[in-house]
Amino acid sequence: MGRDVLLIEDEPNIIEAIRFILSRDGWTVRSHSDGTTAVDKLNALRPDVVILDVMLPGRSGFDILRDIRSATETNGLPVLMLTAKGQARDREMAESLGATRFMTKPFSNSDVLTAVRDMAGP
Amino acid sequence: MSRKQLTGTRIRERRLDQGVRQADLARTVGISPAYLNLIEHNRRRIGGKLLVDLARQLGIEASALTEGAETALLGALRDAAQDHKMAGKELDRTEDFADRFPGWAQLVADLRGQVQGLERTVEILSDRLARDPNLSASLHEVLSAATAIRSTAAILADTDDIGADWQARFHRNLREDSSRLAEGAEALVRYLEESADDTSHQTQPMEEAEAYFRTRDWHIAALETPSEPAEQVIEHLVETAEEVHSVAGRDLLRRELVQYSRDAARLPLEPLLAAMSEHGTDPAELAVRFGCSPARVMRRLALLPEQHMPGPVGLVVCDGAGTLIFRKPVAGFELPPFGGACPIWPLFQALARPMAPIRTVVELPGRPAHSFLTYAISQPQARPRFDRPEIFQATMLILPPPPGADLKQARRIGSHCRICPRGECDARRELSILSDGF
Repeated sequence: MGRDVLLIEDEPNIIEAIRFILSRDGWTVRSHSDGTTAVDKLNALRPDVVILDVMLPGRSGFDILRDIRSATETNGLPVLMLTAKGQARDREMAESLGATRFMTKPFSNSDVLTAVRDMAGP
Repeated sequence: MSRKQLTGTRIRERRLDQGVRQADLARTVGISPAYLNLIEHNRRRIGGKLLVDLARQLGIEASALTEGAETALLGALRDAAQDHKMAGKELDRTEDFADRFPGWAQLVADLRGQVQGLERTVEILSDRLARDPNLSASLHEVLSAATAIRSTAAILADTDDIGADWQARFHRNLREDSSRLAEGAEALVRYLEESADDTSHQTQPMEEAEAYFRTRDWHIAALETPSEPAEQVIEHLVETAEEVHSVAGRDLLRRELVQYSRDAARLPLEPLLAAMSEHGTDPAELAVRFGCSPARVMRRLALLPEQHMPGPVGLVVCDGAGTLIFRKPVAGFELPPFGGACPIWPLFQALARPMAPIRTVVELPGRPAHSFLTYAISQPQARPRFDRPEIFQATMLILPPPPGADLKQARRIGSHCRICPRGECDARRELSILSDGF
């Protein structure tokens, strides 16, 4: 598997931190901040792993995940969901929509790195 | 259940069995009747010399008055052990533990009660968090800033070979995010303070009226045998109701007191108690005996003084749209503070089958689960008229389960979806905040 990550997140300083952590581990990180056009961006870039925030401007991460799982080309894509609302119902929603992993903000850098490595596989 | 609760109840039962007036017993032991009343209703802890004196006057050993409390304590300890999946020899030595360390045992039981209370508070606050968009957005802002700070600070602390450019950039980010966090936290505190000051935001008319009844143990003695016309008594009660502030709350309270007054007039206390000694608490039997509707009997039974009933009694009334319009909660049968109730309640089954009496034993989830006997019926809200649609109102009485009831056959219901842990449920409207996630 390749080492391209698409980070769909609207907080610039979180983007910068995650980009730094993953880049040092050999990942190519590209980011996108608009929920409305996130699926188009994903289809254009074809990343190996997606990190997806739930609360995005224009469209929620859940809606984006639903689109990812309903398209043949992307339904097997590893998706790590991030949310600041660490409630069970968000977890259940993410699980029911097919998220590969779920992480609650504030998360640790090492947890993000481990999750991305695990999802990408050997 | 605490040590003090059963003791008070036993004193009352023993006194009534002997036909001793409360005032007489109080005088013989040197306390006021009002204080003895509080003790008998388990609102004052009792022990030491006063307990011994009361036991002597009642012709019973003091230990016999507290014996039931020991049982309650052991039950609470076993429940606490079950909560934490304790089993085996430790659990078998519960009585030994309570005997040897009564103070510690009571502490464990009390702490379990506090934990249950706190869990309930968390449920309510989580419910509010999920439903309040301003609070949710404000928390999201704070958590996002905290996330950025945590990640950035960890990078600066853990990365030895970070370049000067990156270092400067992350320092700048930290400054930005810490300012943002401070502003977000201030905004959050401001919002919470404003919410706390805004009583109209927190209190609905129904909650105000409920608080009125709750403060009076759900029994309005002034309306039992009023010395003045009931309308005057009710107006006075409404005017002096400290718990009710809004115009809508006073209007609702007035209507509920009118209902209470009419129920009391049709089912006077003494004749009702006499009939109950013959028919028990079956609303249908009592309705025939007094020539009134089962719903009226249910309301009346629920608002009788508790010592006349076989245990704690709850009541729920809903209108034709299923909205709860009267709630008297009972421990273990939580009634939803917001939104809709569990659609599997017999109350709603009754609403769908007007005039059909429904008797059901139900089980609510919990640690441990709680079982109740319910009677439910739906009846027209007003007299039939040809020029208006008929509107129904459903009433459900909640009683302790009957002795010998097969609780395995109980209908498994919940309170409301958001705090109901039941997995497989055809009636679920929304996900529960109590689920484990993944």
